[in-house]
Amino acid sequence: MRLISQIGAWFDERLQIAASVRDAAEHPVPRRAASWWYVFGSAALVVFLLQLVTGILLALVYVPSAGEAWSSLQALNHDVALGWFIRALHGWGSNFMIAIVLIHMVQVFLFGAYKFPRELTWIVGVFLLLMTLGMAFSGQVLRFDQDAYWGLGIGASISSRIPIIGPAAVKLLLGGPIIAGATLSRFFALHVFVIPGTLIGLVCLHLLMVMKLGINEWPMPGRLVKRATYFDEYHALTKKEGEPFVPYAIWKDLFFAAAILLAVGACAAFFGPFGPTGQPDPTIIQTAPRPDYFFLWLYALLSLLPPSLETPALLIGPVVVIAGLILLPFLSGEGEKSWKRRPIAVLTVLLVAITLGTFTRLAQFAPWSPKMNAWSGTSVPARFLHRTTALERQGALVFQVKQCRNCHSLGDSGGQRGPALDAVAARLTQDQLIRQVIQGGGNMPAYGNNISPAETTALVAFLETLHPVGQRPAGNAALSQQ
Amino acid sequence: MANETPLSRRALMRLGILFNGFVAAALAVPIGRYLLSSITRGSANGYLAWVPLGPVSGFPEGETRLATFRNPVVMPTDGKTVDTACWVRHIEGDRFQVFAINCAHLGCPVRWFPQSGLFMCPCHGGAYYRDGSRASGPPERGLFEYPCKIENGLVAIQAGELPTPGPSAALCGKEPPCA
Repeated sequence: MRLISQIGAWFDERLQIAASVRDAAEHPVPRRAASWWYVFGSAALVVFLLQLVTGILLALVYVPSAGEAWSSLQALNHDVALGWFIRALHGWGSNFMIAIVLIHMVQVFLFGAYKFPRELTWIVGVFLLLMTLGMAFSGQVLRFDQDAYWGLGIGASISSRIPIIGPAAVKLLLGGPIIAGATLSRFFALHVFVIPGTLIGLVCLHLLMVMKLGINEWPMPGRLVKRATYFDEYHALTKKEGEPFVPYAIWKDLFFAAAILLAVGACAAFFGPFGPTGQPDPTIIQTAPRPDYFFLWLYALLSLLPPSLETPALLIGPVVVIAGLILLPFLSGEGEKSWKRRPIAVLTVLLVAITLGTFTRLAQFAPWSPKMNAWSGTSVPARFLHRTTALERQGALVFQVKQCRNCHSLGDSGGQRGPALDAVAARLTQDQLIRQVIQGGGNMPAYGNNISPAETTALVAFLETLHPVGQRPAGNAALSQQ
Repeated sequence: MANETPLSRRALMRLGILFNGFVAAALAVPIGRYLLSSITRGSANGYLAWVPLGPVSGFPEGETRLATFRNPVVMPTDGKTVDTACWVRHIEGDRFQVFAINCAHLGCPVRWFPQSGLFMCPCHGGAYYRDGSRASGPPERGLFEYPCKIENGLVAIQAGELPTPGPSAALCGKEPPCA
């Protein structure tokens, strides 16, 4: 024991670090702030460390070359002992990290912890969030499969819309004229050097400010933040009811961090790694690329925005959101901290959460995407063909052969791009059906050039049978009165 | 003397900073050129070249077929990514249209359905008519078209850049079908 303390003393004589470590460990935290609500920041840090370790482990095998990356991932999954598990840990760690960072951010927002004097801590946090999302996107690219390839195409298409510098931005992003070897190499550099390096620096800054300024006190309704008096009040509070961070508060962080690591490990072991999907071969066009979970909301947004709003939304939207987050502590740097007296803040969080959740949920079904194989792979349910004439059955064939089914469902199967046609005859008259088929409109292509009069007649005859039992098909009111 | 020394030290420090700034600027030029090389080369049209897609007889009149070609610029580590697909529409005689595989919305690969005469995109549901014009969905324009010509019985296109919908779309955008 004496030997250990002697060795410790020898090092500290040279490092001169023990005193500041002790200060940091024993810095007083307000008693109520040692809460389970305050564990997300440290959990995010622990998951980030897990990502660093598993990332380095993956880099031992992964080859950042467009020609080799995909097969090196296959080797990790199948040939290297427990390579699949390390990949799964890294993939699930990424999902957990984004989730925890978002929860941490919401907690900080609702507890008013971004207010004076912690504005800069919040702003650094905003950049940490952006870096985390950047890690997620660049990580998806390194999983160099079909989704990664076409995802890059989407990134390039979005960048190209920037006024004036669009084409240059695309070439800078791709490292050349097309998505190829140079693209993967530069995303590797971003994912492995640039962004993690920045992250480590910003995390240190973030932690330093947390230590220096002290942990945000538990928000009490009615206890207002004022620039002039805050420091005195905070110090009085920690003096009156402060407890040393170690061990009074840290045990909760330790337990939560371990639980999160266990959850990541359990997900990794149970669900396994993500992908890779098909080879990144652009000549294989039978693919329907999907983004990773945390970008699904964006996929939905890009499908649902009117075309004219898309470019402005893509280019201005992120600027507005980021500027809003950065300006937040300047717009409300003082005043009430408690969420109980900040209804707008609570509603904002709910609105954003519900919006993102709804978009994410929608994107899992992607009703806006045609079902590319429905016309040949999903038959017309038999009940729609009972007691139909030869012409109507011919129409059902036309309906399939002309790929109508890719966008229109019958009996809950088929595409959902257009409306379901189970009861279309109750909505549209014969003339309206013919017009709609031939001229299109309302987001439907016109089929006039690709369908013969005989086919149109048969198709419309079939569509006219599609109405609920006991409900008459739509008719022309003017004609029936005559 | 007591007043002079700190001033001259300060001047030396300024000179030192200036010296460092000068060296940094001198180094920034080659570093910047290296970083931006993918742009500077492209602006001189260094990426585009005529690429053959195959003999005219491989594309029956009145049909639209998938063709693949190798990007004119290839790096040793590119793997399969330099093989690109495109849709070749043989209108009649010597008249061809060659469409990029990339949807004009966000670049996903469109598929041709000859029965309905439509190109459909699996991502956000864009659809185009057989001549490449926009039919429905989020795209703001028709499919990208490569300039094409017939040379020695081969269909050739001018390719080499990923077509994107932004301002660059004008580069490989609407051109009349080659005659």
